[in-house]
Amino acid sequence: MTGRVQLAVIGAGPAGMAAAVEAANCGASVVLIDEQPAPGGQIYRAITSAARPGKAILGDDYENGAKLTDTLAASTVDHWTATTVWQVTPEREIYMTRDGASHRITADAIVIANGATERPMPFPGWTLPGVMTAGAGQILLKTAGLVPQAGLVLAGSGPLLFLIAAQYLRAGGAIEALVETTPRSNYRTALRHLPGALRTPGYLRKGLGLLAELRKHKVRHVKTATRLQAVGDGRLQALRFSRAGRQHEIACTTLMLHIGVVPNVQITRALNLPHDWDALQRCWRPRRDADGATELDGIFLAGDGAGIGGAVVAELEGRIAGLASARALGTLETGKAEARLAAERSRLAQEMAPRPFLDALYAPSPEFLAPPDDTIVCRCEEVTAGQIRSYVGLGCIGPNQTKSFGRSGMGPCQGRLCGLTVSEIIASETARPMAEVGYYRIRPPIKPVTLGELAALHDDQAAAADRSLENAS
Amino acid sequence: MPSASTFARLPDGPAEDITILFNGEAVRARSGDTVAAALIAAGHRITRTTPVSGTGRGPYCMMGACFECLVEIDGEPNRQGCMVQVRDGMRIDAMSGARKLAEGNP
Repeated sequence: MTGRVQLAVIGAGPAGMAAAVEAANCGASVVLIDEQPAPGGQIYRAITSAARPGKAILGDDYENGAKLTDTLAASTVDHWTATTVWQVTPEREIYMTRDGASHRITADAIVIANGATERPMPFPGWTLPGVMTAGAGQILLKTAGLVPQAGLVLAGSGPLLFLIAAQYLRAGGAIEALVETTPRSNYRTALRHLPGALRTPGYLRKGLGLLAELRKHKVRHVKTATRLQAVGDGRLQALRFSRAGRQHEIACTTLMLHIGVVPNVQITRALNLPHDWDALQRCWRPRRDADGATELDGIFLAGDGAGIGGAVVAELEGRIAGLASARALGTLETGKAEARLAAERSRLAQEMAPRPFLDALYAPSPEFLAPPDDTIVCRCEEVTAGQIRSYVGLGCIGPNQTKSFGRSGMGPCQGRLCGLTVSEIIASETARPMAEVGYYRIRPPIKPVTLGELAALHDDQAAAADRSLENAS
Repeated sequence: MPSASTFARLPDGPAEDITILFNGEAVRARSGDTVAAALIAAGHRITRTTPVSGTGRGPYCMMGACFECLVEIDGEPNRQGCMVQVRDGMRIDAMSGARKLAEGNP
């Protein structure tokens, strides 16, 4: 590890692994930086672990991740595991923490491939212990082999909910109910995107297969549920909801939520890159061109962190950003780069074909975008939707102002869990478009750093310069 | 207090081979577990109380985004339980309310 590298890739999921390997295979020196102890990202979490569940439980799509980790292991990429990036500057310096000390490197090019996070699904009671995301459930299964045996309810909308249900059933787990919140009107909207989706029918076939598994196991499947509420004395005891005008309650001790995933924009926001509001996916997308290049020289984006497409799309985008950065670094000839980029772009278009259908079908229900007044939206500082609305009533016009009104977005998660919701509430209350309301101003460090870690800053670049001076003298 | 765990390990996976301490109580865990996963496996669902209202919270995202699983590990406060792997003999304590500055600690 030296202080200056040609390419630094942030995030070792499908996009980051593909970008790193492509660029390294073009002859670039590449560092791949990731928070986890092993490669894979969240989608292929624990893929290289001997202790993980097998294909019979997790399925073929997960197993595909092994191809990527194999090519990574066979490449010259220098993989920094268990390393947390807390600042990236427009001058392409990367600050990070590893083993209790901070490090700084400078890269000639950077690919940011930091993936997605679960879209917040706020409703009354979602902060009770026992409520977690479906993604958390998958991580528990992949990394620790944990399978719920009783008291599990899955709630929300989207393919991941069916996938985790099927994985649990294959693993001998028990599911009390799957409570779907997909609004009925979504089916109509999605229908007109069906012909496009049929251009790449694999996704639809897989979805129908998962639903068939649920039916075979006779899992209670509630559709079009509204007005969700988690209740319990200090911890989760039941999920309440309405359906067709009637109240229902299902006792549970674990509630796993999912209404899609959204780009993790902490780094791109802290870099002050422009972000566009995606009205269909209802999330912010950092702006980039077809090669993943941003308006900052040498900084590229790839994968779900730049817009949701899923694992296969992320891998293709990673290859594109890897090739484009190798071209920018001069390790790949422009002519050769163009031919390979064109081939990857055409595969990308094919893989993106089902997105409009999926995005329309699983568009989040409005009750989770701007939830009822008694819902905590900022989990860290315990600020409710009603409080945000009262700030608007007092003249608060943007998400950053809510911080001085009531500290929303100022806790340790730095707005990751409330940023979208606070802006949606303000947009809805003031009848202004999201693009105008905007988002929290995100400032580095994007992950907490202790003073001890800062004091132990290893300036790898300065150290390398010192060494070369010593050698010269 | 933990309630009986509602999660079970897959039968063909590795055994729980180490012991950690949560609030002073011995908890069996598996090498490679994160702190948060080991606590959930053992039925400990409340892993901190909030600084604002003092209500209980537990792990939510398991991927380092939500900061709900903050715990004290071997005396160091505010560690993300889902981002730290267990070690035999590790001492884990629930974070209770607002953070305190240790006396004499700059």
